[in-house]
Amino acid sequence: MRSSRSSVRLTRRQFVAVGAIGGAALAVGCSARGHGGWDFLSDSQASTLATLCDRIIPADDYPSASQAGVVTYIDRQLARTYRRHRKAYRDGLERSDEMSRQRFGMDMAALPARQQVEMVGVIEQQNRKFFDLVRSHTLEGYYGSPRHGGNRDAVSWRMLGLAEPPVLGRAQYDLRKGPAS
Amino acid sequence: MIRVNAVVVGAGAAGGIVAKELSAAGLSVVLLERGKWYTSNDCRKDDLRNQRTTVLGNAFGPEDDGNPRVLMDSDGVPHVMLPSEGGYQNNAACVGGGTLSYGAMAWRYLPQDFRMRTTYGAPAGSSLEDWPISYDDLEPFYEKAEYEIGISGDASLTPFHGPRRRPLPMPPLPPNREFQILEPAARRLGLHPFPIPMARNSVPYNGRGPCMRCRWCVGFACEVDAKNGSQNTVIPLALATGNCELRTECMAREILTDDQGRARGVAYYDADGHLQEQLSDIVVVSACAIESARLLLNSKSRLFPNGLGNRHNQVGRNLQGHHYTGAIGYFDFDTYDDVGPGASIAVSDYNHGTPGLCGGGMLANEFIRLPIQMVDRMPADTPRWGLAHKQAMRRFFKRNIVVMGPTQQIPTADARVTLDPTVRDKRGMPVARISGNVHPHTFEIGLVQAQRAEAWLKEAGAVTTVINAGKPAAVSAGQHQAGTCRMGNDPQGSVVNRNCQLHDVDNVFVIDSSVHVTNGGFNPALTIMAVAYFASAALVRNWNGTGFRS
Repeated sequence: MRSSRSSVRLTRRQFVAVGAIGGAALAVGCSARGHGGWDFLSDSQASTLATLCDRIIPADDYPSASQAGVVTYIDRQLARTYRRHRKAYRDGLERSDEMSRQRFGMDMAALPARQQVEMVGVIEQQNRKFFDLVRSHTLEGYYGSPRHGGNRDAVSWRMLGLAEPPVLGRAQYDLRKGPAS
Repeated sequence: MIRVNAVVVGAGAAGGIVAKELSAAGLSVVLLERGKWYTSNDCRKDDLRNQRTTVLGNAFGPEDDGNPRVLMDSDGVPHVMLPSEGGYQNNAACVGGGTLSYGAMAWRYLPQDFRMRTTYGAPAGSSLEDWPISYDDLEPFYEKAEYEIGISGDASLTPFHGPRRRPLPMPPLPPNREFQILEPAARRLGLHPFPIPMARNSVPYNGRGPCMRCRWCVGFACEVDAKNGSQNTVIPLALATGNCELRTECMAREILTDDQGRARGVAYYDADGHLQEQLSDIVVVSACAIESARLLLNSKSRLFPNGLGNRHNQVGRNLQGHHYTGAIGYFDFDTYDDVGPGASIAVSDYNHGTPGLCGGGMLANEFIRLPIQMVDRMPADTPRWGLAHKQAMRRFFKRNIVVMGPTQQIPTADARVTLDPTVRDKRGMPVARISGNVHPHTFEIGLVQAQRAEAWLKEAGAVTTVINAGKPAAVSAGQHQAGTCRMGNDPQGSVVNRNCQLHDVDNVFVIDSSVHVTNGGFNPALTIMAVAYFASAALVRNWNGTGFRS
């Protein structure tokens, strides 16, 4: 999917830009859009996040978190409702890759699946607050309403056997019957 | 601005009824509501933004920006809370208040619920007390609420209820699958299951159609307007009298008083943020327990330096809600039928009468679950993430039943609303600070209730179960918040008299869940409505005699 390594330099520069602009949502969104199409994340942040999300909800017969649009969901919310979590994501994603480099010598996204699972376990232990945040947001994006960018084509609802679009108007009421009064 | 007879602050369950009753009796009324008027068209079926799952905010207010509260934890550390966070104890801010998006359970409390102190004695350290009015006083007004708002159900199927003159106006909805599974199990246990009374049309009623049984119910506005709240019943009637003006997006700042210590109106911020004064003969506060207390406390003046009605430091005390406990059962067959509202069956066998316990509560099955609401309700041995969690979602989403209930809380005077000394809202007004907790005996009752829920689920065939009987570190008020302006005969131990009139100021009334002395082992909406009809009747009666005209 999205490759991480090439955009590290750009990311650093963006970090400076973000600081200078001081969190003006629109401006940050534009600068990021120019590079990777994200509203808030840099390409490399998005790649690290996708790795995390896809270990929380991996692919099997049904799509993984990122395949269902969860990174889009989180990115969109970081530009809107979850502005308050921006710093947690910036710091948490950077620290996750740092921990990965210390342990395995490369960023999380580049690790084989087994080591990614191990890394996510380490993050859950050592950076619990950040992990819980990502876990909650991943589950929201995957199992929540498709309108927010995740749960693409209501894929999780179909997986659970829920009719989509829902079947309406099936109440077996008798229209001739009025109130008892 | 033209002086009116009455300003009612808050267009929720109680305020809508008061506005309708007063305007129908010929009084001129201004009904102030801080939120907007949503309709069934505003049902966005957004699983992440509604009044139940608020991760992306409240659909029906308040907004996260500029409306904080402060929650004191058990160590006395203050935490600033957003309206979409649980600790905020939100209800709603819109026309209809909580009744726009509630699950719409419409219970009468039991006769004992109004006489808790007489029935059980007050546990040490509690502020358990009797109501100054009885079930019999309220019975005609329960009936009025059931017919004017519109309730479906069949009260004759449970032996546990007070005397009533008329049946409910609509039959219950047909049973869903959970009802069919739980009903015979309850009977085998010797219990008396019955359909939950609901403020929801099961047949056409009041000019609107019946429930279409969709998935997006509790927490959402009803797409087909079959759920009955004040916004689609009494408020339109109030407006139709020609005597009532509804002003939305208007936030009350304080109740104004004169040199004689009587109220002369309400100062409020209008939709554009401008400060306005609406003068009136009487003021009715119906802003829900936390905000009603806040408004009284914010109404300080020379004669009332501690806030209105607060001469004896009682405003804001006895904050309570319900202590929800229960169990989830996992089955090896499908229990989910995708038929709303989901909650369908209850027992009242456990509300009273257990030796050693001060009360109890009803037990019922939970409302229909959206997938996002299931992610943290997996069996105990399920990993929190990874393939196993995804597989458990697939395996158990349609194979679980939740039974739980609102354990009646034993109130304490220390669970209370005060004004935070530093935090202000976007208008610069001090915000509510919530502190303290209910009496610990509440948690003992809650645990027993959870075990009873578990036994019911096991009898129904649950293969495994998980009990949910936590011990919240702070008072859990939320959508069932009550108790902050206690009704009583003793002016030193209560805030309003039996007619919901402030002991201190004879032309100010608090009419909402604030006046509940205790909160029953049931969802409180219908009792809030019955009290509103009761208090409105007294108000109109007194008005016709002498008036409150100054």
